[in-house]
Amino acid sequence: MTNHWVDIKNADVVLIMGGNAAEAHPCGFKWVTEAKAHNKAKLVVVDPRFTRSASVADLYAPIRTGTDIVFLGGLISHLLATDAIQREYVVNYTDLSFIVKDEFAFTDGIYSGYDAAKRSYDKSSWDYAVGDDGYVLTDPTLQHPRCVYNLLKAHYARYTIEMVERVCGTPRDKIRQVWDLIASTATPDRAMTIMYALGWTQHSIGSQMIRTGAMVQLLLGNIGVSGGGMNALRGHSNIQGLTDLGLMSNLLPGYMTLPGEKEQDFDAYIAARAQKPLRPNQLSYWQNYRKFFVSFMKAWWGDAATAENNWAFDYLPKLDKQYDMLQAYELMNQGRMNGYICQGFNPLAAAPNKAKLVASFSKLKYLVVMDPLATETSEFWKNYGALNDVDTASIQTEVFRLPTTCFAEENGSLTNSSRWLQWHWKGAEPPGEARSDIEIMSGLYQRLRAMYQRDGGAFPDPIVNLAWNYARPDSPDPEELAREYSGKALRDLPDPKDPAKLVRKAGEQLAGFAELRDDGSTSSGCWIFCGAWGPSGNLMARRDNSDPTGIGQTIHWAWAWPANRRVLYNRASCDPRGRPWNPARKLVAWNGSTWGGADVPDYKADEDPVNGMGPFIMNPEGVARFFARGGLADGPFPEHYEPFETPLAANPLNPGQPQALNNPAARVFEQDRAAFGTSSEFPHVATTYRLTEHFHYWTKHVHLNASVQPEQFVEIGAALADELGIGNGSRVRVSSRRGHIEAVAMVTRRIKPLLIEGKPVHTVGVPLHWGFLGVAKPGYLANTLTPFVGDANTNTPEFKSFLVKVEKA
Amino acid sequence: MTDLSRRRFLKLTGTTLAGSSLGLLGFSPAPAVAEVRQFKLARASETRNTCPYCSVACGILMYGLGDRAKNAQPSIFHIEGDPDHPVNRGTLCPKGAGLVDFIHSESRLQYPQYRAPGSDSWQRISWDEALDRIAKRMKADRDANFVTRTDDGLTVNRWLTTGMLAASASSNEVGYLTHKVARSLGLLAFDNQARV
Repeated sequence: MTNHWVDIKNADVVLIMGGNAAEAHPCGFKWVTEAKAHNKAKLVVVDPRFTRSASVADLYAPIRTGTDIVFLGGLISHLLATDAIQREYVVNYTDLSFIVKDEFAFTDGIYSGYDAAKRSYDKSSWDYAVGDDGYVLTDPTLQHPRCVYNLLKAHYARYTIEMVERVCGTPRDKIRQVWDLIASTATPDRAMTIMYALGWTQHSIGSQMIRTGAMVQLLLGNIGVSGGGMNALRGHSNIQGLTDLGLMSNLLPGYMTLPGEKEQDFDAYIAARAQKPLRPNQLSYWQNYRKFFVSFMKAWWGDAATAENNWAFDYLPKLDKQYDMLQAYELMNQGRMNGYICQGFNPLAAAPNKAKLVASFSKLKYLVVMDPLATETSEFWKNYGALNDVDTASIQTEVFRLPTTCFAEENGSLTNSSRWLQWHWKGAEPPGEARSDIEIMSGLYQRLRAMYQRDGGAFPDPIVNLAWNYARPDSPDPEELAREYSGKALRDLPDPKDPAKLVRKAGEQLAGFAELRDDGSTSSGCWIFCGAWGPSGNLMARRDNSDPTGIGQTIHWAWAWPANRRVLYNRASCDPRGRPWNPARKLVAWNGSTWGGADVPDYKADEDPVNGMGPFIMNPEGVARFFARGGLADGPFPEHYEPFETPLAANPLNPGQPQALNNPAARVFEQDRAAFGTSSEFPHVATTYRLTEHFHYWTKHVHLNASVQPEQFVEIGAALADELGIGNGSRVRVSSRRGHIEAVAMVTRRIKPLLIEGKPVHTVGVPLHWGFLGVAKPGYLANTLTPFVGDANTNTPEFKSFLVKVEKA
Repeated sequence: MTDLSRRRFLKLTGTTLAGSSLGLLGFSPAPAVAEVRQFKLARASETRNTCPYCSVACGILMYGLGDRAKNAQPSIFHIEGDPDHPVNRGTLCPKGAGLVDFIHSESRLQYPQYRAPGSDSWQRISWDEALDRIAKRMKADRDANFVTRTDDGLTVNRWLTTGMLAASASSNEVGYLTHKVARSLGLLAFDNQARV
């Protein structure tokens, strides 16, 4: 979230699209009802299903799954055509006035630089034009034909309201009503928040759907303001924290990135990330990358990280390509992986195409599962009849299953979608011999280190030199680890302005990332968390819920990254002279000498606004980007491509170009392409979803939840049920090219057929919570059905749009 | 007499509970009835935590048996929303309302287990045996397949034949340490639920 849960109460319009907060995030959705009740806010829901969020909305618009870019692209076109944009905001705070290189082009749905064989782009033409002074050329009048404003306008001119109706199936009057309501927030005194979740991420064009939403918000001046923002609701309790800490194939903590294998030179690695400003007097905060990186390497490798060895740069593995989950299972299925460790993760249920997963896991030599619960993954080798019909004796994988503690049995912090790190406390001992993951990882590490010290082996240095100065090496305290990722001074730190004074004494915790240095004198395992455990102690454990300004900031409750800031980009809540756009919802302001207010300013604290520093300080431009440059794999502007399994024969936006039917930059493995179905064989569009009574695959192990929602079902609209002769409560078989499930049919009026390109398209809802283990009635894993393909940028699987066939069981 | 618990009160009065016997006992049951909830939790230990399910991160209060004395085994028997929490203000959703059943789920794993190649069942093993054997398999695989340099001489120091998934419902402290260990081994096929 750019903003936070309580801040939703300040919105004038709430758009829920690609999510269903009323059911998936009920206690957060309360702030939507608060906005409706006390701020006269209007709620708009755009969704293929009439969800419970939709049931309390002021406006509901149905949409075919996977077509959100068309709906929002049409909106962008509408906002530009009617000039319903916050002009002073976009001219000063975005790249609309920037000039783009002449080489950049877009033809028939394909951007310049496309290599069809590699399914990827050479992105060198996707950039701004630079002048002799080294800065990007701009035209603040927005007249230049190559300025981002005019390119944007031309790009979305193709997204007409007729096109939206044809592709999305949304009735025209609904489209108009939604667009008009959203456009009403273009004035400085009105704000709209966008709330989205996996209904946007789980598409082969998911990243670009989210970007389209962000572009709408920028045009309306709704980023950085109270009641505004792009708010990812996020799934698990610490999915934000684990991403922040870099537990992804290509990341390091704090959104630093692993080097690619071509990046052999340390200084070049840093220089590529410590980007210089693209416009005069911009902060470009990533210029401090070296400080973040060196402090991180000191936290991990201590005295072994020195200036002489480039702070142990070669201890880090280097990438030749992405090794995301889908890539890992592809390698596994090819017999190129031997071991796999699943810590609190049930990929047999959570990844696409169960048949491929079973085949992949069966080729492993060893599988290790750490979990509080008995997961399907840990028993993938066991035959559960039709639900998991495997030949146990032929599966040669060794499986180790290790019991772990759960939340109630440990101290620690979780980072929620508001970016708040909240500390929690242990209330009970774990059952049986269960151990914390900290103890298990430490136990494995201690054994590996001892073997490498004793026997040697492949490149032992990063293992034997890993800093492990914990009081109990077999089981470090969470408190010790929190102090480590927050950071401390390794030596006395003299004040740069007055060397006679000290900023911090050796060993003292740091107050924030501004104190980090690049000479090895500071350590911080995750720079954006720096200060969470500061000189005064554990700020994550704070419990002061006072809200002095009344706009829900509670900045003394827990601690938020970065720097305890609650609303990101909050400098943009003021006009270029530093006065709040909306004084009734003031976050920060310039008082003539400093910035301050209800939030921690997202800006240089003493920067006079007349000097023109932009509010988007992490970007070298200082402003927000409509034109993504080379930031995304599939284009600088979001373009609609059909899902990989689509009911349409051609992309209505680019009908003459077959390469532009699906995302041309998405990675597809050959075997998986062969497992895609067509609409002639699988005529119904399916989308997975969550129920309010269940959480993923955990709560089928929980009595209360298993009682209230015991049996697997699929949701089918009344029109389709009539057509197929399926009665409410009867059993149906739902199959895709990859497998089938059987479940109870819930026939509803919540899903209606949509008229797409003149033909009715039926949507089927597949709730995902059942499996062959637990106390709920056994069921099929929903991902038996889903296709093995992901977003071009994130490789998040396309769970929200695929083709099935529904029939009587 | 004023400390009489509800249970003891009912026991004392038994089936003869009637106006006359109340008078004989010399007090009115009204205060006891009005304070049923307090009695339920009065001797419980209270622990503050956050809901482990979705990312709203509602504050919760966990009530456990015992007074945290060394020889008392605590066990959580009730969980409710934390009324001081600025986001959930004491409320919980149908998922959070069932949390106490998650802690005590019959699916909770109790001890390390091992499934041999081709076998159709688990066997119980000790922690030392489990960790020793896993560490040995990891080292054997890493030593056999670790790539120090590519064919064209690039230093890459990566281990691609073992992968790992981390848990996005685990704490920051677990995640931090897990990353530290995994990357020091050279793992690249390493993800968490943010990928899906």
